[in-house]
Amino acid sequence: MRRDWWKWFLGIWMTLMILGAFLYTPVAKGLGETTRVLYFHVPAAWVATLSFLISAVYSIRYLQKQQIQYDVWAASSAQIGFIFTILATVTGSIWAKEIWHSYWNWDPRETSIFVLLLIYAAYFALRSAIEDTNQKARLAAVYSILAFVTVPFLVFVIPRIYDSLHPDPLINPEVKIKMDPRMLRVFLGSLFGFTLLFYWMLRIKTDIEFLKLKLTKRM
Amino acid sequence: MNPRKYGLEESVWTLLVKSNIIFQKDFHLEFRTRYAINAIILFAVISLTAVSFSVGPIQLEPPIQSAMLWVIIFFSAMSGLSHIFVREEEQQTSDTLRLVAPPTAIFLGKWGFNVVLLFSLEIIIIPLYIALLNVEVQGMSAFLLIIVLGSVGLASIGTIMAAIVAQASTRGALFAVLSFPLSIPVLRSAIQGTWTAIQGGGVAQCLADIQLLFSFTVVILTSSILLFEFIWRK
Repeated sequence: MRRDWWKWFLGIWMTLMILGAFLYTPVAKGLGETTRVLYFHVPAAWVATLSFLISAVYSIRYLQKQQIQYDVWAASSAQIGFIFTILATVTGSIWAKEIWHSYWNWDPRETSIFVLLLIYAAYFALRSAIEDTNQKARLAAVYSILAFVTVPFLVFVIPRIYDSLHPDPLINPEVKIKMDPRMLRVFLGSLFGFTLLFYWMLRIKTDIEFLKLKLTKRM
Repeated sequence: MNPRKYGLEESVWTLLVKSNIIFQKDFHLEFRTRYAINAIILFAVISLTAVSFSVGPIQLEPPIQSAMLWVIIFFSAMSGLSHIFVREEEQQTSDTLRLVAPPTAIFLGKWGFNVVLLFSLEIIIIPLYIALLNVEVQGMSAFLLIIVLGSVGLASIGTIMAAIVAQASTRGALFAVLSFPLSIPVLRSAIQGTWTAIQGGGVAQCLADIQLLFSFTVVILTSSILLFEFIWRK
C-alpha cells in the first residue's frame, strides 16, 4: 500500500463532511441555516487550541533537551495554529453578525480567541526580533510556556465577568450531548478531518523547515 | 562555574542576601540617573492629565474610573519596567552579573526593584488620580489591597518579559506586545476589584478578585523563577 494513502482518504473524507454539512444534517432550532457553520467553525477553534497546546509541549521539550528540532515543531505548530485561529475568529464573527447582529461584542468566547490571537502575534513578533537561532528558540519557548500558564486563568476569569451567549452543544454544565444524531455524526467526523488536516499541514511545514536547516548547514 | 550546581548549594537565606545585594545595586544605580523613575512617573502624570483634561467637568462612573486607573498604571509600567534588564545589556554589564550572582538571586533582586518602582509610582499617582478624577473611594482598605496585589502582579510579568526583550533587537514596542496578553487576567480582576472597592465593597466583596490576583501572581512568579535560568544563560 502506498504510504500517502491517508491523504487521499482525507480528501474524500473532507468532501463527504462538506456535503454532509450542507445536505445531510438538519438545522438546529433557533439558529436556522447558520447551524452549518458548526461543522467548520468549531473544528477550526479546536485545532487552534490543540496547536497552542502542542507548541507549549514542544517548548518544554526544547528547554529540556536543547535540540533545535523541538523548536521547529513548536514554531510550526504555532504558525499553522495561527491560520486556524484566524479562520475560527472570522467564521465566528460572520456567524455572530447573523445571530447577534454585530460582528464583535466581546462575548467570552470572542475575548478568549482574541487573547489567543494576541499571544500568537506576540510569539511571532518575539521570534522575528531575535537573530541567533538558539537564543530565538530558547526565548520563544519560555514565552510560549508563560503564555500557556496564563490560559487557565483566562478560562476562569473571563466567564465570571461576562455572560456568554455562545451556544455550547458539547461543553455545557450538564456535560450532555444534546445534538441530533445526524448532526453529531457529521460534527465528530469534521472534527477528526480537521485534526488530520492539521497534522498534514504541520508535517509539510516542519519538513520545509528541516530542509531549510539542512541547506543553511551545507552553505 | 556550573550555575545549576551553584544554585543547589545555595541555602534560601544566602539567596535572599544575594537578591538583596542585587536590589541595592539597582537601587543605587537608579538614584544616580533616575532614568526609570522619571520616565514612569512623568508618563503616568501625563496620561492622567490627558484623561482628566479630555473628560473635563464630566463626572465619570466608577467602572470607567477604575478602568482608567489601570490603563494608566499598565501603560506607565510598560514605559519603565523593561529598563531593569535593558540597562544591563546597554551598559554591557550583564556578563559580569552572570559571573557574580546565581540567576534566581538576580531575578528576585530585579523583581524587588520593579515592585518598589511601581509602588513609588502609585504613591504619587493615586492621590493625584483621586483628586483629578474626583473619585470617592468608599472601601479604602480593599482598594489599597487590590492596588498592591495588582502592581505586584504587573511587576512580576514586567520583570520576566524585560529579561526576554533585553535580548531581542526591537525592545520598546516588543515589551508591551509581549506583556499585554499575559497581563489580561491581572488587569481584568484588578479593574473589577477596584470598581467594587470604589463603590464601598470591603475585602469580603472583592475576595474573588483578590484570590485571583494573588494566585496568578504566585503562579507567574514561580514559573518565572523556574524559567529565568533559560533566558539568562548564554
